[in-house]
Amino acid sequence: MRLSLVYGLVLLLAGLVVAFAPLPVSAHSEAATRIIRVEASQYAYSPSVIEVNPGDTVTLQLVSTDVVHGLYVDGYGVSVQADPGQTRTLTFVANRPGSFRIRCNVTCGAMHPFMIGKFNVGRNTTWVRAAGLMLIGMVGISLFPRPKAHEAEST
Amino acid sequence: MSKLELTGIPVVKAAVKSRGPQLVIATLLLAGYVFAIMAGWIGTPVGNANFSIVFVWIAWWAILILVAVPLLGRGWCAVCPIPLPGEWIQRGAILAPAERRPKWLNRRWPKSLRNIWLQSAGFLLLALFSSVLLTTPSVTAIVLAAMLFAAIGLSMVFERRAFCRYLCPVGGFIGLYSQTAPVELRIKDKRECVTCEGKPCYRGSQNGYGCPWDVFPGGLSKNTYCGLCMECIRTCPKDNVSINLRAWGADLERPSARLDEAFKAFIMLGSAMIYAGVLLGPWGVLKNAAYQVGTPAWLLYASVFLGITLLLLPGLFALCTLPFRNRRTFKMNFASFSSALIPLGLMFWIAFSLSFVLTNGTYIAASLSDPLGLGWNLFGTAKIAWQPLLSSLVAPMQTLALLVGLIWAVRTAQRVSSKAQRSAVPVSAFCLVMTLGMLWLLV
Repeated sequence: MRLSLVYGLVLLLAGLVVAFAPLPVSAHSEAATRIIRVEASQYAYSPSVIEVNPGDTVTLQLVSTDVVHGLYVDGYGVSVQADPGQTRTLTFVANRPGSFRIRCNVTCGAMHPFMIGKFNVGRNTTWVRAAGLMLIGMVGISLFPRPKAHEAEST
Repeated sequence: MSKLELTGIPVVKAAVKSRGPQLVIATLLLAGYVFAIMAGWIGTPVGNANFSIVFVWIAWWAILILVAVPLLGRGWCAVCPIPLPGEWIQRGAILAPAERRPKWLNRRWPKSLRNIWLQSAGFLLLALFSSVLLTTPSVTAIVLAAMLFAAIGLSMVFERRAFCRYLCPVGGFIGLYSQTAPVELRIKDKRECVTCEGKPCYRGSQNGYGCPWDVFPGGLSKNTYCGLCMECIRTCPKDNVSINLRAWGADLERPSARLDEAFKAFIMLGSAMIYAGVLLGPWGVLKNAAYQVGTPAWLLYASVFLGITLLLLPGLFALCTLPFRNRRTFKMNFASFSSALIPLGLMFWIAFSLSFVLTNGTYIAASLSDPLGLGWNLFGTAKIAWQPLLSSLVAPMQTLALLVGLIWAVRTAQRVSSKAQRSAVPVSAFCLVMTLGMLWLLV
């Protein structure tokens, strides 16, 4: 019982560290100004994944190649819309690290709700932290005693 | 954890014993269902502005997978409107049993089809067309109408709820995942059933109908095939049937040895991962392939979909259950270890649905005011702008769901391993790899 409690506390602590501890900043993460041309067509963005560094001043140039499209950045709550052939720009400071979805915010056709891209600010730490939690979970489940199966097997 | 008998609470017992409340809810849902069919036909072709798409694939789906299945198991089946008209016709009555039964064919469902293979095939068929189904109101209307008429037709040919039990593509996975739910319908004392004359819970009586799900409640040991219709509670002359609150996943302590259920688990797990990649990922080429039904790209997509769900995942999993002494032990180990994929799959679907539902949730308010997309504004919410809900919380909630699913799956595998005398490590590793893959697709 006592050992289980110790294991539990250690795992909880490890989980909290993995989930919330600040990660070392990458050596190549000096803030810069980035201008990125994003082409939108049914139902994709090109490039589909945009990579910037934390602190970058980002200008997205949205160009629509078929119908009216929009670009909304999750987590930042900023958006822009562009008519076909028109270029519209959206400038903001990427001050929140992580991986965010970009989404079309103008109904552009049947698959509109699924017109999605990715906006990565620095490393995708969310995935790294989440994967770390999964591994801690695996360690935890192997440390605690296994339950016995019932004798009968239902069909 | 001991069980708490919910039907021991007088108000709950009265509500369950009476057929009225259930009928009222199901009838209202039937009205909504018929309206969804109508909206799909005559409403706007813009999916995210049409009641049929928004209320079926966002609102209903959210309630089903985020609330009803994890908390109530087959709770949705208890009030599902699809079997209602067929059942009324079959019974010749709407509420209490009729004095004279109408003369329909009343055939037994073929013995060779008494499994969930047809449900899995139906689900896969819809899944291959899901990009069109989820976004095109007229296609949703056709599928909803087809399910309603199939249920009616089968009720006139076969006894009981043949559609629900053997064909409904939704019922198949609800049944599978209902094993994880903290609610069950069970008998209280098996000895009472042994001495019970006539078995009215199965055959029916003047107090109620024989089990519409073709289940003898005295033999119930898991939730999979009990539709929570409550008829056995009404017909049992010894008050020997109860609804209980129990530990989550109690049915998984007795893993199934059936291959049809095992493959259902693979189909659901694989589908959740494919949907996460195709619908929520940044790859436009996948979205177009999934949407352009009939094109070579779609044929390739369909082949890959079927290959992953029916060959790749089961094949990799089979390797995790090796070595085996003979075919029988292989089948037993393969099927019983696959019960680990039930909580894993449920949590995959919850993680997928959190993103899908919260991103598109604002369409519900808009569609409520203008269900047909004709410019109405019934409740003043038609002009609500699209806005993702709780977007900063989606990834943490998905991570938590996947973590719970992984731990639950490994625990289930450990239970099976102690009985099968086979290490749980390979199956646990399989679950970990799948979870990391799903995490990569979602976060």
